[in-house]
Amino acid sequence: MTEPLLEARDLTKYFGSVIALHGISTTVRAGGVTCVLGDNGAGKSTLIKILSGVYRPDAGEYLVDGEPARFSSPREALDRGIATVYQDLAMIPLMSVWRNFFLGSEPTKGWGPFRRFDVVAAKRLCRENLLRMGIDIRDPDQPVGTLSGGERQSVAIARAVHFGARMLILDEPTSALGVKQAGVVLRYIVQARDRGLGVVFITHNPHHAYPVGDRFLVLNRGRSLGDFGKGEISREELTRMMAGGAELEQLSHELERGADSKVAAVGRDLGESAQHLDAASG
Amino acid sequence: MTTAAATADERVAPVGLLRRLLIRPELGAVVGAIAVFVFFASLSPVFRSVDGIANWLDPASTLGIMAVAIALLMIGGEFDLSAGVLTGTSGLALAMLTSEYGWNVWPAMLMGLALALTIGLFNGIMVVRTKLPSFIITLGTFLMLQGINLGVTKAVTGSVQISGIADAPGYELARTIFASTVPFLGVQFRVAIFWWLAVTAVATWLLLRTRAGNWIFAAGGGEAAARSVGVPTTKTKIALFMATAFAAWLVGTILALRLTSVQANTGIGQEFIYIIAAVIGGCLLTGGYGSAVGAAIGAVIFGMADKGIVFAGWDSDWFKFFLGVMLVLATLTNHLVRRYAEERRR
Repeated sequence: MTEPLLEARDLTKYFGSVIALHGISTTVRAGGVTCVLGDNGAGKSTLIKILSGVYRPDAGEYLVDGEPARFSSPREALDRGIATVYQDLAMIPLMSVWRNFFLGSEPTKGWGPFRRFDVVAAKRLCRENLLRMGIDIRDPDQPVGTLSGGERQSVAIARAVHFGARMLILDEPTSALGVKQAGVVLRYIVQARDRGLGVVFITHNPHHAYPVGDRFLVLNRGRSLGDFGKGEISREELTRMMAGGAELEQLSHELERGADSKVAAVGRDLGESAQHLDAASG
Repeated sequence: MTTAAATADERVAPVGLLRRLLIRPELGAVVGAIAVFVFFASLSPVFRSVDGIANWLDPASTLGIMAVAIALLMIGGEFDLSAGVLTGTSGLALAMLTSEYGWNVWPAMLMGLALALTIGLFNGIMVVRTKLPSFIITLGTFLMLQGINLGVTKAVTGSVQISGIADAPGYELARTIFASTVPFLGVQFRVAIFWWLAVTAVATWLLLRTRAGNWIFAAGGGEAAARSVGVPTTKTKIALFMATAFAAWLVGTILALRLTSVQANTGIGQEFIYIIAAVIGGCLLTGGYGSAVGAAIGAVIFGMADKGIVFAGWDSDWFKFFLGVMLVLATLTNHLVRRYAEERRR
């Protein structure tokens, strides 16, 4: 078995008295997709911020290529090939695709005061890189603001790959997208995986995670509900774990006890959904 | 194979030349400039003669140098309200050092440049450090400089004007370079016009063909995103404030050498005209979009309106009214056209 790109062991993070993360362990392999699932406030963002070098863990450690690492800035993580694509912080809408693609790392030619942005090369490279990822942008000259959300995420992913990322951390890349667009992004995740990159895919949607993932780390209130390989958990179990089937049932009982008939009806509906989930996972 | 796919994509509807032109930020300014030219040219034969053109390009040039610098700054997402009065400060420094302290014109000019760049640096550092709106910071600088210009001038000379630059050593050469006229098509054109063209060309090259240009667009278009991919946005912004200060020094020097005397209130009220020219030229007030050429053309509109009203034999009081109309029309055109062009592109 090959050495994992990244291995997290018992990561713990406090913010004052709040335990944001407690004892989280998982692995990311080259050519594998590790999905991090969890509802709002589960600790997903805290985890990726540790992995991408924004925060330092208060306890536990992470290993990159089998060696203990400790990033003090996102730049350091980037230098080790760990790139993070944030949902909202990816692109500048008024600038063209190719200008965005090379922003901060523009190719230049010429000498001294005449050193200039190699516009021709930038356009060509941008186009080629996007095509290699299977992303077919209509016109690299168009402003990023005119791209759809899925295309924008895809360009950001292609950019990270071009600049030497070995591991991609994708922060809810599909959460703001429609069904079709989310499908587009999922395809690029698979593309990245097939090119041998390790991918950390953060989402709260098990239906997005299951088809592409190899490992599933489910978080709830800062704690791990389990770290499963693909063979160890079914889609239904994952869904149930995510949706908190047990919590739904409890909520339905509470509501049904309420005097108001309307609230009780809602409770009954919830109870039925919970049973469906149970039936599906059982 | 990739190149074949890169050159022909069936989803790119052939974008006609017209539409390619329509999405340029300069469009509003070009349309406005043509309209204003046709309007005054039909009223006054002098206006459309080479003589007339040389005449109205002169105010366009000094205004244009500033408008181009301000356009770059606005694309970078900031304003500079102190730019107008800084032209006065630079000119006053030159005039005072030469006539009151007997300096040679050249070291006096360098001193003025150092002073202007220091003020630009101050503006820039204040804006990026405090993260307060540049509108407020530079409004403060504007008022401070206005006070200093008047106070120091009065304290040193006892009046509100300094003259006598022409008697200083080194004046002739400096005048030839910054304030002479150049014969062209049998007419004398102010050399400032060539400075303006050079500044516009350099600014356009910088903006569209250098890394710094990419950073300017990014600093104004999405500062947080730009910083996250390693763009030095604070340095970019400080450099833009200093570039604006450089332009103010250039214009202040040109005017001081041309008139050989400087009023203590020079440049007050000009700061908004620079911004207006930049906006007519396609700059967004919110930053991240615009063009240097557009700002230069915006300045041409001002020059034409300024002189055209006189050529047409009207009261020059109407100039400001005219500016207001131009500003609203050009901005509206820019807005509508951009929306139309981008919708069609999708």
